[in-house]
Amino acid sequence: MADVNRGNRPLSPHIMIYRPQMTSISSIMVRMSGLALLVLAPLVVWWLLALATSESAFAVIDGLLRSWFGKLVLTGAIWALWYHTLGRLRHVIWDFGYCLDVNTSENMGRAMFIGATVLTVITILVV
Amino acid sequence: MRYLTDRKRAVGLGAGGSGTQGHWQMMVRSMIMVILTPLFLITFGLGLGGTYEEALAYYSQPIPAIIIALSLIVGLTQLMHEANEAIEDYIHGVTEKLTLVATKALAYTLIVAGLFALVKLAL
Repeated sequence: MADVNRGNRPLSPHIMIYRPQMTSISSIMVRMSGLALLVLAPLVVWWLLALATSESAFAVIDGLLRSWFGKLVLTGAIWALWYHTLGRLRHVIWDFGYCLDVNTSENMGRAMFIGATVLTVITILVV
Repeated sequence: MRYLTDRKRAVGLGAGGSGTQGHWQMMVRSMIMVILTPLFLITFGLGLGGTYEEALAYYSQPIPAIIIALSLIVGLTQLMHEANEAIEDYIHGVTEKLTLVATKALAYTLIVAGLFALVKLAL
């Protein structure tokens, strides 16, 4: 019954003193990548708005994105987007009831870091 | 012993206070993003890097415009909920409510601004 032992369960230790593990780090990174992408999303919208406005407005943001710093930020954003997509895919797999054991979960965490990096390299090579 | 079903006991609980609906919608967006992320990266990457005229011509085409429109809608909704999840976990009270509203306002403004630009480019 769900009535049993409500409110008297052990609390999870505070995140700062809990030993970092592949499962927790890869999960925290999903959130971090999502937040970073929300902060960077205005760049894409700015680029589109500038394109729809005028050539001089376009030159400003296009130059910014294509500078070395812009390219660095975009590379980070590509990685974050792939990582976030893979991380959310992992949640879907878990939600369907697969790969829930610790070993497979840790391997999926590793696969997310490696996969996002490989896909970022492919993206940069293709595009 | 309370005469409540397990389901009723769960209604309105969770950090977000919305039961399982938000979770399922997150699942839906996650599955869509598996397809949309590569499409967005390829088309936006191809659009970026040319001259002003090339970029104008590129985004006047239906396929790049539709893909980036979908990416703005699904992607920014996803990122908005991602941020809201974090807010629901760590911020509480009136500050939580105001931060949630601010994030939603930001995300919806970005979506509409991006769609407006696409409409202007298509015309």
